[in-house]
Amino acid sequence: MNDMGTKIRKLGQLSGTSEEVFRPGSVLLATIRRELLLAFRRRSDLVNPLIFFLMVATLFPLGISPEPSVLTLLAPGVVWVAALLATLLSMDSLFRSDFDDGSLEQILLSPQPLFMVVLGKVVAHWIMTGLPLTLMAPLLGIMLFLPAEGMGGLMLSLLLGTPTLSLIGAIGAALTVGLRKGGVLISLLVLPLYIPVLIFGTAAVEASVTGLPVTGHLALLGALLALGFSLAPLAIAAALRISVSG
Amino acid sequence: MSNKNWMPRWFYQLASPRWCYQITGKLMPGFILAAVLLILAGVAWGLAFAPADYQQGNSFRIIYLHVPSAFLAQSIYMTMAIAGAIGLIWKMKVADMVAKSCAPIGASMAILALVTGAIWGKPTWGAWWVWDARLTSMLILLFLYFGVMALNSAIENESTAAQATAVLAIVGLVNIPIIKYSVDWWNTLHQPATFKLTEKPAMPVEMWLPLLIMVLGFYCFFAVALMLRLRNEIIQRERRAGWVRELLIEK
Amino acid sequence: MSDQLVSENMSEQVSEPLLRVENLFCERDERVLFDELGFTLSAGQILQVEGQNGSGKTTLLRILCGLSRHYEGEIVWRGEPVSQQRERYHRELVYLGHQPGVKAVLTAEENLRWYAALDGSIDDSVISYALMQVGLEGFEDVPCHMLSAGQNRRVGLARLYLSQAPLWILDEPFTAIDKKGVAAQEALLVEHAERGGCVILTTHQELQLTDYLSHINLDRQVGTS
Repeated sequence: MNDMGTKIRKLGQLSGTSEEVFRPGSVLLATIRRELLLAFRRRSDLVNPLIFFLMVATLFPLGISPEPSVLTLLAPGVVWVAALLATLLSMDSLFRSDFDDGSLEQILLSPQPLFMVVLGKVVAHWIMTGLPLTLMAPLLGIMLFLPAEGMGGLMLSLLLGTPTLSLIGAIGAALTVGLRKGGVLISLLVLPLYIPVLIFGTAAVEASVTGLPVTGHLALLGALLALGFSLAPLAIAAALRISVSG
Repeated sequence: MSNKNWMPRWFYQLASPRWCYQITGKLMPGFILAAVLLILAGVAWGLAFAPADYQQGNSFRIIYLHVPSAFLAQSIYMTMAIAGAIGLIWKMKVADMVAKSCAPIGASMAILALVTGAIWGKPTWGAWWVWDARLTSMLILLFLYFGVMALNSAIENESTAAQATAVLAIVGLVNIPIIKYSVDWWNTLHQPATFKLTEKPAMPVEMWLPLLIMVLGFYCFFAVALMLRLRNEIIQRERRAGWVRELLIEK
Repeated sequence: MSDQLVSENMSEQVSEPLLRVENLFCERDERVLFDELGFTLSAGQILQVEGQNGSGKTTLLRILCGLSRHYEGEIVWRGEPVSQQRERYHRELVYLGHQPGVKAVLTAEENLRWYAALDGSIDDSVISYALMQVGLEGFEDVPCHMLSAGQNRRVGLARLYLSQAPLWILDEPFTAIDKKGVAAQEALLVEHAERGGCVILTTHQELQLTDYLSHINLDRQVGTS
């Protein structure tokens, strides 16, 4: 294969990429691999949203009351709001470095489906923020006196909800990537769209605290995720084309 | 785009800012007249002649402002998203302008609905603000409008701004039913079976007929406001075109 | 499969220019950058876009490669409008923009591996071949932030040798590259042209490859309306 590759080069055939080498799956994997590699080379960026998550959760006992009975009541909402804000905070940088160094132009001009590249970037983003947030959530649950019965619901709801947050947030990131002051603007665009995820997420935690079945709530979160998976990459791709052309 | 040919001819005429400016100029007097007549009739009937509510007394009469504005806030968002989509797909400048003109009107309607809702809430619930499902959804709709307007003003290039806003508006449109459903669901979860605004069992004809007239009047008012803004936008963007210059010289 | 492609390309090259631009009009911030701009580009041609700063060189290149759609007019590739065959056109095109698209924390090889994947290739020998072409052998495993500006530019240039695309659109490709390097790269441009490829570029350097070169000047276009 290698030898042949070189030979074809020497023959001087210029055909562009042929149809055969379309591998959407391998582009997806290559994108995820590249994003993870980039993230691990700059580990500090990886930890920042997690520290933010912890700090926001600390503000509530300080601002309201350290009383366990009060905090128990607030815990599901506080953890979810903190996770939501931490995700939002990390969203702005999703496409920005690619935009600044010209990689984004190359992504748009590549013959591969943009849908897959975008999906790869979002999946990698979730692996680096949503997943660690989910794993860290029980710690915040303990700090806020969330009953032990609620931990399972908390983690499951975050596991299903945070990918949706990444997907929706990426639409905002794609729309604002060409703008200097993207940071505040992206929150304005994205926060209203986060509301359903927040509602179903906290409801799932509350249900599991009171011992009610959570499958219904989780199914709703799953439905949102499925919808996000199929539609959000289209919106992200369109938004990126628009942002780069401007 | 290759699929241009199957659209009717008027569709492409609409695409011409000049044609659009002329046709709206002709349509506007009719709509102004209709809006004034309908709103006057609706207000007079609703405030003076419709019977008082057996539970809420006269305070319910704010419904004649609250309901039409809430209706309009939602339909304007839909109009905006559809116009945005048309602009995006067929690269039609006029559609972009319609979408842009819609946002401030829709936002002010949402604000009107929230304010009248608050005023209504005071005598009904004893508080200016209650986390009622409808009011909460309206508040989120207002946030969506704010997002659209903020994005539009943040992007300098007009056509990029229009396209980006259109994408956001379409995403919002897909989300509105989900938001509405989730908020309704949240509401029943937290305060079951409270007294709801507007969800009255069987409103008598003397009550809903003026309401219908008000709603129609508000739609006509929207048409007028939209045409005014659109004409303004057309003149501003096409200011270097020959026909706009001629128009200015005439006046 | 590949033989068939070759013969197809050959016949097309003879009959018709690869790229044809007709009546291109573009306006930015209420200023007409170019109007009724037209040219053709055949296999074996290298076209240099000239003009002073702000004359719209970068804008033109971005329009030609399909990044910017703020234009009127027609861009035809192999006899078919680009707007109707985006995917095929992008498969036959390499664009090098102002920013080289090189990630500082990745090594040259890692950077290129990603671009190879975007081009749909998984063949690692292509990467070392490309790095050799731009004179970066031995620097495969050095993170790009430790390379000089010129070397970073070369990493970007190496992308040209990853793919078999006939059309190269290059925006200031030789910035920060030393004289010897530029000469070597020019020789490679000529080689590309001789293989039946074509190049559109902007550059402030004096090019030596006069036999293949044609020019288009955007300054003359300013204000023609």
